[in-house]
Amino acid sequence: MGELIQMFLSGTWGTLSLFGVTLVGCLLGGTILAAMRVSPTPVLRGTAAAYVSVVRNTPLTLVMFFCVFGLPYLDIRFGSTAAMNSFVLANIALIAYTSCFVAETLRSGIATVPVGQAEAARAIGLPFTQVLGYIVLPQAFRTVLPPLGSVIIAMLKNTSIASAFNNRELISAMRGAIELRGDIVIPLLLATALVYLLLAVVIGRVFDVLERKLVILR
Amino acid sequence: MSAPTQVLFDEPGPRGRRLNILLSLVSAVLLLALLAFIIWKFQDAGQLTAAKWTPFSYAVIQKTLLTGMWATLKVAVVASVLALIVGLVFALLRLAPQRAIRLPSTIVLELFRGVPVLLLIFATFLLFGNDLGAFWSVVIGLTLYNGMVIAEIMRAGILAVPRGQREAAMSIGLRGAQTMRLILLPQAIRAMMPTLVAQVVVLLKDSALGFIVTYQDLLYQVNAIGRNYNNLLPTFLVGAVLFIIINMVVAGIARYLETRMSRKTAATTGPATGED
Repeated sequence: MGELIQMFLSGTWGTLSLFGVTLVGCLLGGTILAAMRVSPTPVLRGTAAAYVSVVRNTPLTLVMFFCVFGLPYLDIRFGSTAAMNSFVLANIALIAYTSCFVAETLRSGIATVPVGQAEAARAIGLPFTQVLGYIVLPQAFRTVLPPLGSVIIAMLKNTSIASAFNNRELISAMRGAIELRGDIVIPLLLATALVYLLLAVVIGRVFDVLERKLVILR
Repeated sequence: MSAPTQVLFDEPGPRGRRLNILLSLVSAVLLLALLAFIIWKFQDAGQLTAAKWTPFSYAVIQKTLLTGMWATLKVAVVASVLALIVGLVFALLRLAPQRAIRLPSTIVLELFRGVPVLLLIFATFLLFGNDLGAFWSVVIGLTLYNGMVIAEIMRAGILAVPRGQREAAMSIGLRGAQTMRLILLPQAIRAMMPTLVAQVVVLLKDSALGFIVTYQDLLYQVNAIGRNYNNLLPTFLVGAVLFIIINMVVAGIARYLETRMSRKTAATTGPATGED
Protein backbone atom coordinates (compact mmCIF):
# COMPACT_ATOMS: atom_id res chain seq x y z
CA MET A 1 0.00 0.00 0.00
CA GLY A 2 2.78 2.37 0.96
CA GLU A 3 4.49 1.58 -2.30
CA LEU A 4 1.35 2.42 -4.28
CA ILE A 5 0.99 5.77 -2.52
CA GLN A 6 4.65 6.43 -3.19
CA MET A 7 4.07 5.73 -6.90
CA PHE A 8 1.06 8.01 -7.07
CA LEU A 9 2.88 10.81 -5.27
CA SER A 10 5.80 10.65 -7.67
CA GLY A 11 3.33 10.47 -10.59
CA THR A 12 1.47 13.52 -9.32
CA TRP A 13 4.77 15.33 -8.95
CA GLY A 14 5.61 14.44 -12.58
CA THR A 15 2.26 15.78 -13.80
CA LEU A 16 2.69 18.94 -11.76
CA SER A 17 6.18 19.62 -13.09
CA LEU A 18 5.00 19.14 -16.68
CA PHE A 19 2.08 21.42 -15.89
CA GLY A 20 4.19 24.11 -14.22
CA VAL A 21 6.81 24.38 -16.94
CA THR A 22 4.20 24.34 -19.68
CA LEU A 23 2.05 26.92 -17.89
CA VAL A 24 4.86 29.49 -17.91
CA GLY A 25 5.92 28.55 -21.42
CA CYS A 26 2.48 28.65 -23.01
CA LEU A 27 1.56 31.98 -21.44
CA LEU A 28 4.77 33.51 -22.81
CA GLY A 29 4.45 31.77 -26.18
CA GLY A 30 0.76 32.61 -26.47
CA THR A 31 1.40 36.27 -25.70
CA ILE A 32 4.17 36.46 -28.28
CA LEU A 33 2.01 34.75 -30.92
CA ALA A 34 -0.95 37.03 -30.17
CA ALA A 35 1.30 40.11 -30.35
CA MET A 36 2.68 38.89 -33.68
CA ARG A 37 -0.83 38.38 -35.02
CA VAL A 38 -1.86 41.99 -34.36
CA SER A 39 1.49 43.59 -35.20
CA PRO A 40 1.94 46.08 -38.06
CA THR A 41 4.52 43.84 -39.74
CA PRO A 42 2.77 41.66 -42.34
CA VAL A 43 5.42 38.92 -42.31
CA LEU A 44 5.03 38.39 -38.56
CA ARG A 45 1.23 38.47 -38.85
CA GLY A 46 1.25 35.85 -41.59
CA THR A 47 3.74 33.60 -39.81
CA ALA A 48 1.79 33.61 -36.57
CA ALA A 49 -1.50 32.97 -38.38
CA ALA A 50 -0.02 30.08 -40.36
CA TYR A 51 1.62 28.56 -37.28
CA VAL A 52 -1.57 28.77 -35.23
CA SER A 53 -3.80 27.29 -37.92
CA VAL A 54 -1.41 24.40 -38.63
CA VAL A 55 -0.59 23.44 -35.05
CA ARG A 56 -4.16 23.90 -33.83
CA ASN A 57 -5.28 21.35 -36.42
CA THR A 58 -2.60 18.83 -35.49
CA PRO A 59 -3.36 16.32 -32.74
CA LEU A 60 -1.15 16.84 -29.67
CA THR A 61 -0.18 13.17 -29.93
CA LEU A 62 1.35 13.96 -33.31
CA VAL A 63 3.15 17.06 -32.05
CA MET A 64 4.58 15.11 -29.14
CA PHE A 65 5.47 12.18 -31.39
CA PHE A 66 7.47 14.57 -33.55
CA CYS A 67 9.19 16.26 -30.61
CA VAL A 68 10.04 13.19 -28.56
CA PHE A 69 10.72 10.60 -31.28
CA GLY A 70 11.60 12.89 -34.20
CA LEU A 71 13.86 15.60 -32.79
CA PRO A 72 16.48 13.16 -31.44
CA TYR A 73 16.93 12.01 -35.08
CA LEU A 74 17.98 15.58 -35.83
CA ASP A 75 20.47 15.45 -32.98
CA ILE A 76 18.36 17.74 -30.83
CA ARG A 77 18.63 16.48 -27.27
CA PHE A 78 18.42 18.07 -23.86
CA GLY A 79 19.80 17.19 -20.47
CA SER A 80 22.18 14.42 -19.59
CA THR A 81 19.70 11.65 -18.87
CA ALA A 82 17.05 10.02 -21.06
CA ALA A 83 14.34 10.96 -18.54
CA MET A 84 15.37 14.62 -18.57
CA ASN A 85 15.45 14.57 -22.37
CA SER A 86 11.88 13.21 -22.63
CA PHE A 87 10.70 15.69 -20.02
CA VAL A 88 12.10 18.70 -21.89
CA LEU A 89 10.89 17.47 -25.28
CA ALA A 90 7.40 16.71 -23.95
CA ASN A 91 7.29 20.20 -22.48
CA ILE A 92 8.32 21.69 -25.81
CA ALA A 93 5.46 19.82 -27.49
CA LEU A 94 2.94 20.92 -24.86
CA ILE A 95 4.10 24.53 -25.06
CA ALA A 96 4.07 24.56 -28.88
CA TYR A 97 0.52 23.18 -28.86
CA THR A 98 -1.04 25.10 -25.96
CA SER A 99 0.47 28.45 -27.03
CA CYS A 100 -1.85 28.41 -30.05
CA PHE A 101 -4.93 28.16 -27.87
CA VAL A 102 -3.66 30.83 -25.48
CA ALA A 103 -2.93 33.08 -28.47
CA GLU A 104 -6.41 32.61 -29.94
CA THR A 105 -8.02 33.30 -26.56
CA LEU A 106 -5.92 36.44 -26.09
CA ARG A 107 -6.73 37.64 -29.58
CA SER A 108 -10.44 37.42 -28.88
CA GLY A 109 -9.70 39.38 -25.69
CA ILE A 110 -7.87 42.06 -27.66
CA ALA A 111 -10.96 42.37 -29.84
CA THR A 112 -13.08 43.23 -26.78
CA VAL A 113 -10.87 46.08 -25.57
CA PRO A 114 -12.77 49.25 -26.54
CA VAL A 115 -11.35 50.99 -29.60
CA GLY A 116 -11.06 54.23 -27.59
CA GLN A 117 -8.38 52.72 -25.35
CA ALA A 118 -5.98 52.06 -28.19
CA GLU A 119 -6.88 55.34 -29.86
CA ALA A 120 -6.23 57.31 -26.68
CA ALA A 121 -2.91 55.52 -26.26
CA ARG A 122 -1.93 56.38 -29.80
CA ALA A 123 -3.08 59.97 -29.30
CA ILE A 124 -0.62 60.45 -26.45
CA GLY A 125 2.08 59.17 -28.77
CA LEU A 126 2.70 55.61 -27.66
CA PRO A 127 4.20 53.35 -30.32
CA PHE A 128 2.67 49.96 -31.11
CA THR A 129 4.74 47.98 -28.59
CA GLN A 130 3.68 50.27 -25.74
CA VAL A 131 0.05 50.44 -26.89
CA LEU A 132 0.00 46.67 -26.75
CA GLY A 133 2.18 46.16 -23.68
CA TYR A 134 0.83 48.87 -21.38
CA ILE A 135 -2.73 49.42 -22.53
CA VAL A 136 -4.31 46.64 -24.57
CA LEU A 137 -2.77 43.36 -23.37
CA PRO A 138 -3.28 43.97 -19.63
CA GLN A 139 -6.96 44.63 -20.26
CA ALA A 140 -7.23 41.72 -22.70
CA PHE A 141 -5.71 39.31 -20.17
CA ARG A 142 -8.16 40.38 -17.50
CA THR A 143 -11.12 40.00 -19.85
CA VAL A 144 -10.26 36.50 -21.02
CA LEU A 145 -9.48 34.99 -17.61
CA PRO A 146 -12.47 32.59 -17.67
CA PRO A 147 -11.75 31.05 -21.12
CA LEU A 148 -8.03 31.08 -20.31
CA GLY A 149 -8.89 28.98 -17.26
CA SER A 150 -10.48 26.30 -19.44
CA VAL A 151 -7.48 26.34 -21.80
CA ILE A 152 -5.17 25.79 -18.82
CA ILE A 153 -7.32 22.99 -17.39
CA ALA A 154 -7.39 21.34 -20.83
CA MET A 155 -3.59 21.61 -20.82
CA LEU A 156 -3.44 19.85 -17.44
CA LYS A 157 -5.42 16.97 -18.91
CA ASN A 158 -3.22 16.99 -22.01
CA THR A 159 -0.11 16.35 -19.91
CA SER A 160 -1.45 12.78 -19.67
CA ILE A 161 -0.37 12.20 -23.28
CA ALA A 162 3.25 12.57 -22.19
CA SER A 163 2.89 9.21 -20.43
CA ALA A 164 3.10 7.45 -23.79
CA PHE A 165 6.40 9.21 -24.50
CA ASN A 166 8.66 7.97 -21.71
CA ASN A 167 7.54 10.50 -19.11
CA ARG A 168 6.81 9.73 -15.51
CA GLU A 169 3.46 11.19 -14.55
CA LEU A 170 0.06 10.15 -13.24
CA ILE A 171 -1.04 7.85 -16.05
CA SER A 172 2.29 6.04 -16.20
CA ALA A 173 2.22 5.75 -12.40
CA MET A 174 -1.25 4.25 -12.72
CA ARG A 175 -0.07 1.75 -15.32
CA GLY A 176 2.85 0.79 -13.11
CA ALA A 177 0.55 0.38 -10.13
CA ILE A 178 -1.83 -1.78 -12.15
CA GLU A 179 1.02 -4.02 -13.22
CA LEU A 180 1.94 -4.38 -9.57
CA ARG A 181 -1.59 -4.99 -8.26
CA GLY A 182 -3.73 -6.42 -11.06
CA ASP A 183 -6.44 -7.29 -8.54
CA ILE A 184 -7.48 -3.71 -7.73
CA VAL A 185 -7.71 -2.17 -11.21
CA ILE A 186 -10.93 -0.24 -10.61
CA PRO A 187 -9.82 1.47 -7.36
CA LEU A 188 -6.56 2.47 -9.05
CA LEU A 189 -8.41 3.94 -12.05
CA LEU A 190 -10.75 5.83 -9.75
CA ALA A 191 -7.83 7.11 -7.67
CA THR A 192 -6.16 8.49 -10.79
CA ALA A 193 -9.39 10.11 -11.91
CA LEU A 194 -9.77 11.60 -8.45
CA VAL A 195 -6.29 13.16 -8.52
CA TYR A 196 -7.00 14.73 -11.92
CA LEU A 197 -10.37 16.03 -10.72
CA LEU A 198 -8.78 17.47 -7.59
CA LEU A 199 -6.05 19.22 -9.57
CA ALA A 200 -8.64 20.59 -12.01
CA VAL A 201 -10.78 21.84 -9.12
CA VAL A 202 -7.80 23.58 -7.54
CA ILE A 203 -6.88 25.31 -10.81
CA GLY A 204 -10.53 26.23 -11.30
CA ARG A 205 -10.57 27.77 -7.80
CA VAL A 206 -7.41 29.77 -8.48
CA PHE A 207 -8.95 31.14 -11.66
CA ASP A 208 -12.20 31.90 -9.79
CA VAL A 209 -10.25 33.99 -7.28
CA LEU A 210 -8.28 35.73 -10.02
CA GLU A 211 -11.51 36.37 -11.88
CA ARG A 212 -13.22 37.89 -8.85
CA LYS A 213 -10.27 40.18 -8.26
CA LEU A 214 -9.32 41.09 -11.79
CA VAL A 215 -11.91 40.39 -14.42
CA ILE A 216 -13.31 43.24 -16.47
CA LEU A 217 -16.87 42.66 -17.58
CA ARG A 218 -17.91 44.20 -20.88
CA MET B 1 -13.77 36.69 -35.55
CA SER B 2 -11.28 39.34 -36.62
CA ALA B 3 -9.69 41.62 -34.09
CA PRO B 4 -9.74 45.31 -35.02
CA THR B 5 -5.98 45.29 -35.36
CA GLN B 6 -5.82 48.48 -37.37
CA VAL B 7 -6.63 50.61 -34.31
CA LEU B 8 -3.56 49.37 -32.47
CA PHE B 9 -1.13 51.34 -34.61
CA ASP B 10 -1.20 54.55 -36.64
CA GLU B 11 -1.43 54.60 -40.40
CA PRO B 12 2.31 54.52 -41.06
CA GLY B 13 3.93 57.68 -42.41
CA PRO B 14 7.09 57.66 -44.57
CA ARG B 15 9.30 56.82 -41.60
CA GLY B 16 6.89 54.22 -40.28
CA ARG B 17 6.67 52.60 -43.69
CA ARG B 18 10.45 52.42 -43.93
CA LEU B 19 10.57 50.90 -40.44
CA ASN B 20 7.87 48.41 -41.40
CA ILE B 21 9.71 47.33 -44.51
CA LEU B 22 12.88 47.00 -42.48
CA LEU B 23 11.13 44.92 -39.82
CA SER B 24 9.47 42.80 -42.49
CA LEU B 25 12.83 42.14 -44.07
CA VAL B 26 14.51 41.36 -40.76
CA SER B 27 11.74 39.00 -39.66
CA ALA B 28 11.63 37.38 -43.09
CA VAL B 29 15.38 36.81 -42.97
CA LEU B 30 15.10 35.38 -39.45
CA LEU B 31 12.31 33.04 -40.52
CA LEU B 32 14.19 31.93 -43.61
CA ALA B 33 17.24 31.35 -41.44
CA LEU B 34 15.13 29.19 -39.11
CA LEU B 35 13.76 27.28 -42.10
CA ALA B 36 17.26 26.86 -43.52
CA PHE B 37 18.45 25.64 -40.12
CA ILE B 38 15.69 23.02 -40.03
CA ILE B 39 16.44 21.88 -43.60
CA TRP B 40 20.15 21.80 -42.78
CA LYS B 41 19.42 19.69 -39.70
CA PHE B 42 17.35 17.29 -41.83
CA GLN B 43 20.10 17.18 -44.42
CA ASP B 44 22.72 16.71 -41.76
CA ALA B 45 20.85 13.76 -40.29
CA GLY B 46 20.51 12.30 -43.77
CA GLN B 47 16.71 12.64 -43.76
CA LEU B 48 16.50 14.23 -47.20
CA THR B 49 18.23 11.53 -49.20
CA ALA B 50 16.23 9.84 -51.94
CA ALA B 51 16.42 6.53 -50.09
CA LYS B 52 14.30 7.95 -47.27
CA TRP B 53 11.60 9.24 -49.57
CA THR B 54 11.35 6.67 -52.38
CA PRO B 55 9.39 4.20 -50.19
CA PHE B 56 6.38 6.50 -50.61
CA SER B 57 6.18 5.52 -54.27
CA TYR B 58 5.70 1.86 -53.27
CA ALA B 59 2.10 0.74 -53.53
CA VAL B 60 2.44 -1.22 -50.26
CA ILE B 61 3.31 1.87 -48.28
CA GLN B 62 0.62 4.00 -49.86
CA LYS B 63 -1.88 1.30 -49.10
CA THR B 64 -0.69 0.99 -45.48
CA LEU B 65 -0.99 4.75 -44.99
CA LEU B 66 -4.48 4.75 -46.49
CA THR B 67 -5.47 1.82 -44.26
CA GLY B 68 -4.24 3.79 -41.27
CA MET B 69 -6.13 6.87 -42.36
CA TRP B 70 -9.28 4.81 -42.88
CA ALA B 71 -8.88 3.29 -39.39
CA THR B 72 -8.55 6.78 -37.89
CA LEU B 73 -11.58 8.08 -39.77
CA LYS B 74 -13.61 5.01 -38.77
CA VAL B 75 -12.93 5.62 -35.08
CA ALA B 76 -13.72 9.31 -35.45
CA VAL B 77 -17.00 8.77 -37.33
CA VAL B 78 -18.34 6.03 -35.04
CA ALA B 79 -17.31 7.97 -31.92
CA SER B 80 -18.86 11.20 -33.26
CA VAL B 81 -22.22 9.57 -33.90
CA LEU B 82 -22.22 7.86 -30.50
CA ALA B 83 -21.05 11.03 -28.76
CA LEU B 84 -23.90 13.03 -30.31
CA ILE B 85 -26.42 10.45 -29.07
CA VAL B 86 -24.87 10.29 -25.58
CA GLY B 87 -24.67 14.08 -25.55
CA LEU B 88 -28.34 14.51 -26.41
CA VAL B 89 -29.38 11.98 -23.77
CA PHE B 90 -27.30 13.64 -21.06
CA ALA B 91 -28.43 17.13 -22.06
CA LEU B 92 -32.04 16.02 -21.65
CA LEU B 93 -31.26 14.26 -18.35
CA ARG B 94 -29.59 17.41 -17.04
CA LEU B 95 -32.65 19.45 -18.03
CA ALA B 96 -35.11 17.01 -16.49
CA PRO B 97 -37.52 18.58 -14.04
CA GLN B 98 -36.84 15.87 -11.39
CA ARG B 99 -33.91 16.48 -9.08
CA ALA B 100 -33.42 12.71 -8.68
CA ILE B 101 -32.52 12.47 -12.37
CA ARG B 102 -30.61 15.74 -12.62
CA LEU B 103 -28.21 15.16 -9.75
CA PRO B 104 -26.74 11.76 -10.66
CA SER B 105 -26.42 12.71 -14.32
CA THR B 106 -24.58 15.88 -13.32
CA ILE B 107 -22.15 13.86 -11.19
CA VAL B 108 -21.49 11.36 -14.00
CA LEU B 109 -21.03 14.21 -16.48
CA GLU B 110 -18.56 16.10 -14.30
CA LEU B 111 -16.59 12.90 -13.63
CA PHE B 112 -16.14 12.02 -17.30
CA ARG B 113 -15.59 15.61 -18.38
CA GLY B 114 -12.96 16.29 -15.72
CA VAL B 115 -10.51 13.51 -16.52
CA PRO B 116 -8.17 13.16 -19.52
CA VAL B 117 -9.58 11.29 -22.55
CA LEU B 118 -6.53 9.08 -22.39
CA LEU B 119 -7.54 7.88 -18.91
CA LEU B 120 -11.01 6.95 -20.20
CA ILE B 121 -9.51 5.09 -23.16
CA PHE B 122 -7.11 3.27 -20.85
CA ALA B 123 -9.88 2.45 -18.40
CA THR B 124 -12.02 0.90 -21.13
CA PHE B 125 -8.98 -0.88 -22.55
CA LEU B 126 -7.88 -2.30 -19.20
CA LEU B 127 -11.33 -3.31 -18.01
CA PHE B 128 -12.95 -4.55 -21.22
CA GLY B 129 -10.09 -4.55 -23.74
CA ASN B 130 -9.94 -8.33 -23.98
CA ASP B 131 -13.57 -8.61 -25.01
CA LEU B 132 -13.93 -5.41 -27.01
CA GLY B 133 -10.56 -4.94 -28.67
CA ALA B 134 -8.65 -1.73 -29.25
CA PHE B 135 -11.15 -0.22 -31.70
CA TRP B 136 -14.07 -0.18 -29.29
CA SER B 137 -11.86 0.88 -26.37
CA VAL B 138 -10.87 4.00 -28.28
CA VAL B 139 -14.43 4.61 -29.49
CA ILE B 140 -15.92 4.24 -26.00
CA GLY B 141 -13.26 6.43 -24.39
CA LEU B 142 -13.77 9.16 -26.97
CA THR B 143 -17.56 8.83 -26.75
CA LEU B 144 -17.69 9.16 -22.97
CA TYR B 145 -15.56 12.31 -22.86
CA ASN B 146 -16.88 14.08 -25.94
CA GLY B 147 -20.44 12.99 -25.23
CA MET B 148 -20.31 14.91 -21.95
CA VAL B 149 -18.83 18.00 -23.59
CA ILE B 150 -21.51 17.82 -26.29
CA ALA B 151 -24.16 17.44 -23.59
CA GLU B 152 -23.04 20.75 -22.10
CA ILE B 153 -23.05 22.41 -25.54
CA MET B 154 -26.58 21.12 -26.20
CA ARG B 155 -27.85 22.16 -22.79
CA ALA B 156 -26.49 25.65 -23.31
CA GLY B 157 -28.07 25.72 -26.78
CA ILE B 158 -31.47 24.65 -25.47
CA LEU B 159 -31.34 27.18 -22.65
CA ALA B 160 -30.38 29.89 -25.15
CA VAL B 161 -33.65 29.58 -27.11
CA PRO B 162 -35.71 32.64 -26.16
CA ARG B 163 -38.04 31.94 -23.25
CA GLY B 164 -41.09 33.07 -25.17
CA GLN B 165 -40.78 30.05 -27.47
CA ARG B 166 -41.22 27.64 -24.60
CA GLU B 167 -43.99 29.67 -23.01
CA ALA B 168 -45.86 29.92 -26.30
CA ALA B 169 -45.53 26.15 -26.84
CA MET B 170 -46.84 25.44 -23.34
CA SER B 171 -49.72 27.85 -23.77
CA ILE B 172 -50.99 26.14 -26.91
CA GLY B 173 -51.12 22.93 -24.86
CA LEU B 174 -47.99 21.01 -25.88
CA ARG B 175 -46.56 18.64 -23.32
CA GLY B 176 -43.02 19.02 -21.95
CA ALA B 177 -41.60 16.36 -24.26
CA GLN B 178 -43.42 17.80 -27.26
CA THR B 179 -42.16 21.29 -26.50
CA MET B 180 -38.63 19.93 -26.39
CA ARG B 181 -38.94 17.86 -29.55
CA LEU B 182 -40.97 20.19 -31.75
CA ILE B 183 -40.02 23.68 -30.58
CA LEU B 184 -36.81 23.90 -28.58
CA LEU B 185 -34.51 21.25 -30.08
CA PRO B 186 -34.89 22.23 -33.76
CA GLN B 187 -33.99 25.84 -32.97
CA ALA B 188 -31.23 24.93 -30.53
CA ILE B 189 -29.55 22.49 -32.92
CA ARG B 190 -29.37 25.12 -35.63
CA ALA B 191 -27.73 27.56 -33.25
CA MET B 192 -25.17 25.15 -31.85
CA MET B 193 -24.23 23.47 -35.13
CA PRO B 194 -20.86 25.29 -35.49
CA THR B 195 -19.85 24.49 -31.90
CA LEU B 196 -20.83 20.86 -32.40
CA VAL B 197 -18.72 20.58 -35.54
CA ALA B 198 -15.82 22.26 -33.70
CA GLN B 199 -16.14 19.59 -31.02
CA VAL B 200 -16.07 16.92 -33.73
CA VAL B 201 -12.73 18.39 -34.84
CA VAL B 202 -11.48 17.98 -31.27
CA LEU B 203 -12.72 14.39 -31.27
CA LEU B 204 -10.99 13.74 -34.58
CA LYS B 205 -7.75 15.08 -33.15
CA ASP B 206 -8.12 12.98 -30.01
CA SER B 207 -8.65 9.86 -32.13
CA ALA B 208 -4.87 9.93 -32.68
CA LEU B 209 -4.66 8.70 -29.08
CA GLY B 210 -5.60 5.23 -30.33
CA PHE B 211 -1.91 4.88 -31.16
CA ILE B 212 -1.17 4.67 -27.45
CA VAL B 213 -3.39 1.61 -26.91
CA THR B 214 -1.89 0.00 -30.06
CA TYR B 215 -4.94 0.60 -32.21
CA GLN B 216 -3.63 0.39 -35.78
CA ASP B 217 -4.47 3.95 -36.82
CA LEU B 218 -2.59 6.41 -39.01
CA LEU B 219 0.03 7.26 -36.41
CA TYR B 220 0.58 3.56 -35.65
CA GLN B 221 1.23 2.87 -39.32
CA VAL B 222 3.51 5.92 -39.55
CA ASN B 223 5.49 4.54 -36.65
CA ALA B 224 5.60 1.05 -38.17
CA ILE B 225 6.68 2.25 -41.62
CA GLY B 226 9.20 4.62 -40.10
CA ARG B 227 10.84 1.86 -38.08
CA ASN B 228 10.72 -0.64 -40.97
CA TYR B 229 12.26 1.60 -43.60
CA ASN B 230 14.30 3.64 -41.16
CA ASN B 231 12.67 6.86 -42.34
CA LEU B 232 10.63 7.94 -39.32
CA LEU B 233 10.80 11.68 -39.96
CA PRO B 234 9.75 11.63 -43.63
CA THR B 235 6.89 9.23 -42.84
CA PHE B 236 5.90 11.40 -39.93
CA LEU B 237 5.74 14.47 -42.16
CA VAL B 238 3.52 12.65 -44.69
CA GLY B 239 1.23 11.42 -41.90
CA ALA B 240 1.03 14.86 -40.31
CA VAL B 241 0.04 16.44 -43.61
CA LEU B 242 -2.76 13.86 -44.03
CA PHE B 243 -4.00 14.58 -40.48
CA ILE B 244 -3.86 18.34 -40.91
CA ILE B 245 -5.75 18.22 -44.20
CA ILE B 246 -8.59 16.16 -42.70
CA ASN B 247 -8.83 18.46 -39.69
CA MET B 248 -8.74 21.65 -41.73
CA VAL B 249 -11.54 20.39 -43.97
CA VAL B 250 -13.77 19.65 -40.97
CA ALA B 251 -12.78 22.94 -39.29
CA GLY B 252 -13.62 24.71 -42.55
CA ILE B 253 -17.09 23.14 -42.47
CA ALA B 254 -17.50 24.51 -38.93
CA ARG B 255 -16.59 28.03 -40.07
CA TYR B 256 -18.92 27.80 -43.07
CA LEU B 257 -21.78 26.67 -40.84
CA GLU B 258 -21.02 29.43 -38.39
CA THR B 259 -21.23 32.20 -40.98
CA ARG B 260 -24.34 30.64 -42.53
CA MET B 261 -26.11 30.09 -39.22
CA SER B 262 -25.27 33.45 -37.75
CA ARG B 263 -27.72 35.05 -40.17
CA LYS B 264 -30.62 32.69 -39.67
CA THR B 265 -31.11 31.85 -36.06
CA ALA B 266 -33.00 33.09 -33.08
CA ALA B 267 -30.91 31.55 -30.32
CA THR B 268 -27.30 32.58 -30.01
CA THR B 269 -24.38 30.70 -28.62
CA GLY B 270 -20.78 31.69 -28.16
CA PRO B 271 -18.13 31.43 -30.86
CA ALA B 272 -17.46 27.95 -32.16
CA THR B 273 -14.64 26.58 -30.08
CA GLY B 274 -14.31 23.01 -29.01
CA GLU B 275 -13.02 21.98 -25.61
CA ASP B 276 -10.25 19.49 -25.44
